[in-house]
Amino acid sequence: MTGEEELKKLTDRALAISQADQTEVVVIAPQSALTRFANSYIHQNVEQQDIDMRVRAVVGKKIGVASSNDLSDEGLRNVVGRALTLAQHQKENPDFQSLPAPKPIQHVDSFVERTARTGPEERAAMVGQICSAATSAGLNAAGAFRTSATEIAVANSLGVFAYHRDTMADVNTVIMSEQGSGHAERISLDVGDIDGAEVAKEAVDTALRNVDQIELEPGEYDVVFQEYAVADLLDFFAYLSFGAQAYQEKRSFMAGRIGERVMGENISIWDDGLAADTSPNPFDFEGVPRKRVDFIEKGVARDVVWDTYTAGKEGDRESTGHALPASSTFGPVPSNMFLATGDATLDEMVASTKRGVWVSRFWYTRPVHPLNVVVTGMTRDGTFLIEDGKITKPIRNLRFTQSYLEAMNRVEAIGKTTMLHHAIAGVCRVPALKIGKWNFTGVSQY
Amino acid sequence: MRDLALRALDTARSRGAGYADVRVVHHQSESVTVRLQNVEALANDETIGFGVRVLVDGYWGFASSHRMTMEEADRIAAEAVRIARASTTVPGQKADIGPASAIVDSYTTPVEKDPFAVPLDEKIALLLGATEAMARASGIVMAEANCYCQREEKLFVSTEGSEIDQSLVETGCGIEATAVDEGEVQRRSFPNSVGRHQGTEGWEFVERWDLRSNAQRVGEEAAELLRAKPCPSGATTVILDGSQVALQIHESCGHAIELDRVLGTEAAFAGTSFLTTDKLGGFAYGSPSVNITADATIPGGLGTFGYDDEGIPAHSTPIVREGQFIGYLTSRETASALGQTSNGAMRATGWNRIPLIRMTNVSLDPGEWTLDNMIADTKDGIYMETNRSWSIDDRRLNFQFGTEVGREIKNGKLGALIKNATYTGITPQFWGSCDAIGNRDHWIVWGTPNCGKGQPEQVAHTGHGAAPARFRDVQVGIMQ
Repeated sequence: MTGEEELKKLTDRALAISQADQTEVVVIAPQSALTRFANSYIHQNVEQQDIDMRVRAVVGKKIGVASSNDLSDEGLRNVVGRALTLAQHQKENPDFQSLPAPKPIQHVDSFVERTARTGPEERAAMVGQICSAATSAGLNAAGAFRTSATEIAVANSLGVFAYHRDTMADVNTVIMSEQGSGHAERISLDVGDIDGAEVAKEAVDTALRNVDQIELEPGEYDVVFQEYAVADLLDFFAYLSFGAQAYQEKRSFMAGRIGERVMGENISIWDDGLAADTSPNPFDFEGVPRKRVDFIEKGVARDVVWDTYTAGKEGDRESTGHALPASSTFGPVPSNMFLATGDATLDEMVASTKRGVWVSRFWYTRPVHPLNVVVTGMTRDGTFLIEDGKITKPIRNLRFTQSYLEAMNRVEAIGKTTMLHHAIAGVCRVPALKIGKWNFTGVSQY
Repeated sequence: MRDLALRALDTARSRGAGYADVRVVHHQSESVTVRLQNVEALANDETIGFGVRVLVDGYWGFASSHRMTMEEADRIAAEAVRIARASTTVPGQKADIGPASAIVDSYTTPVEKDPFAVPLDEKIALLLGATEAMARASGIVMAEANCYCQREEKLFVSTEGSEIDQSLVETGCGIEATAVDEGEVQRRSFPNSVGRHQGTEGWEFVERWDLRSNAQRVGEEAAELLRAKPCPSGATTVILDGSQVALQIHESCGHAIELDRVLGTEAAFAGTSFLTTDKLGGFAYGSPSVNITADATIPGGLGTFGYDDEGIPAHSTPIVREGQFIGYLTSRETASALGQTSNGAMRATGWNRIPLIRMTNVSLDPGEWTLDNMIADTKDGIYMETNRSWSIDDRRLNFQFGTEVGREIKNGKLGALIKNATYTGITPQFWGSCDAIGNRDHWIVWGTPNCGKGQPEQVAHTGHGAAPARFRDVQVGIMQ
């Protein structure tokens, strides 16, 4: 790790070189390693170390961005100079107001030393545990185990300096027989929280049950979604609906509907980068502190996330601390989403279902119609028929074409516990859901 | 650069690697994005580093760093060997990379106009002109235009004696108009969706696609789509434009023929493939009209290069002949498993990633038809143009794709505009229903700059030559 002090010196050097009216420097230094396995052995095993500096130079209202991972004196002069040259060739952007001024940033602890220190031997040990569990059950394991430690520093010429470091450990596996598969995954800041045996057991259990699948006629079914599938719903709201740019351009269902009921009264969704049970992340790529943003409160549309640029267009808004790195034109994105829990268990959801479908997770989901959040995708690695309150038979993977927005008006039960998942730009924490009348539109051959 | 690479090789060998290769990559890119009349992104990015890949007792290790020093070359090479030794503790099939390959050569993308030398003012003016023209149409809330270029200088060296320098250039561009009305959002793009169309060419690529002349039409079509009729539901004849055929090839053929997927090494993420090895040479992938070729030598194709990232020369490989499945995309290790030699499909997206089997230019060979004749020969159907959404299962069988535009075909003539056009099918049945393919005049190598695969994920650039094609009895109109 480079450390806060060294990164402060580095950003200070870059800011001192710059002759732009305003300058922003973002340094991201990742160290990550990933051990990948398939056919129950390690077939890929990689590690990387990098440090990337991104410089945003502002001349009047003209902006240029350059990046480099050459941080020698010459490299710094070069990257700062390229950003300034681009800015000088730019056209004025009247919607740009200013880089953000400094605001107090709360320190949060997201760094776990033992995750950062995990070596290939430790990763291989957990992978071996998963592969052995699969082999003992007569199955075949594939997956990946990644550990990473990342530092980020954001500084600008108006006095912003923000530093954060975090760790992440994540493991995922698909365990297969000739006839079917099961899946499990876990992510945590602390590698010690990840229990390889538990991960393997979940995937093995599903794989052993997922054989001799029957073909279910497509149509509308009540569904019980494991947390893996629910995370996909939040991803699409983050991608299509809960960012200020889509909101301003009226591409989001939230546009013009703030204060209206848009989902069921049992649904609350928010973003909170400071919550302890997420991967805490106290500021965005402009160095603006993250605020909690309530998107949906008991079914009512409340707000979207903002960065300095989109907030500046409104005049009376402030950034909520959700900017992406400079030169991205996607607009602000939620980083730490939550879906409020209910009081049900997965067993209770199944028991209350007369005829429905259990979905472990989705695959290759893509938007069909962004405004209504209509999405198509496949089920994968364990889809089961529920009959008279019991899981009865494995079924072939189904294709769905469904408005996620409409579905959130038909949530019949919400899990009382949650899981942390990777999300479009960060993580999300979600419970399982039972939803009425999910629209399956096709079936695959396995 | 060369000294560092050779030093890393020596260290890897002395630490116990039976095979090692080193790639040093210097990647530069420039992108300009205009939204309405604001230049919202003007960026120049650069990254340099090296990666060391080793085999120790038949197991792989890889380490990489941005620090370009001899000490770091030693440290990273030693770390790669350490990682490979850790791999040996969860053993399985030892990697056999087949016969040694020792090539000393260089390759440079032919470029007429260096895209980095084109003045920024010229690029910005081109894009602003395009967005201004798109935004003239009523209902347009966003008009976006972008251009992009990249240069990658890379050196590959291996313990087998290969030493290959490559200088690869890509240039791309695209425009997109978004129209919004009560309860409806529609988008129109040119030359392709997914941000931009791209090739291994210079600025001449952007000039040839003439964004400005097409911009007003693109804006008007986006606005017109707001009032278009919805896609009907049912089974009908579908004619896909060349860019959508390219997407269809990419998803339902290109990924399915990656031999690493077939052998299970992508199972937990990207998935596997229905084209299992027992089908090679004895499976009807499509109708007798269907011929598919993977060719990394097509001038200008986005999947064109001199050598892959295992130092294997670019190949042209038949994949489907008269509908029969006969070939895979391979690496040294996977080809060896089939008793073959690599056809050069291993590519990494940067110095900090290992090479994986990636599509080169996987193309549908041209047929005999003109588009006009294909439409005139169709009594009832839908013409679909420019991809809007794409989804396919993890064995590449069940797919559902949507396009930006549809048009009715009635009695051999194009009719009313259709919005939210979608179609679905099962791969071999769909290609089995192909009965007409456009001729060489319609054939374009479409660039796909957003192909994801692998863990850590790598976003690769691939090419797909395609002309319009016709498919019978296709299920359309899958929309809530």
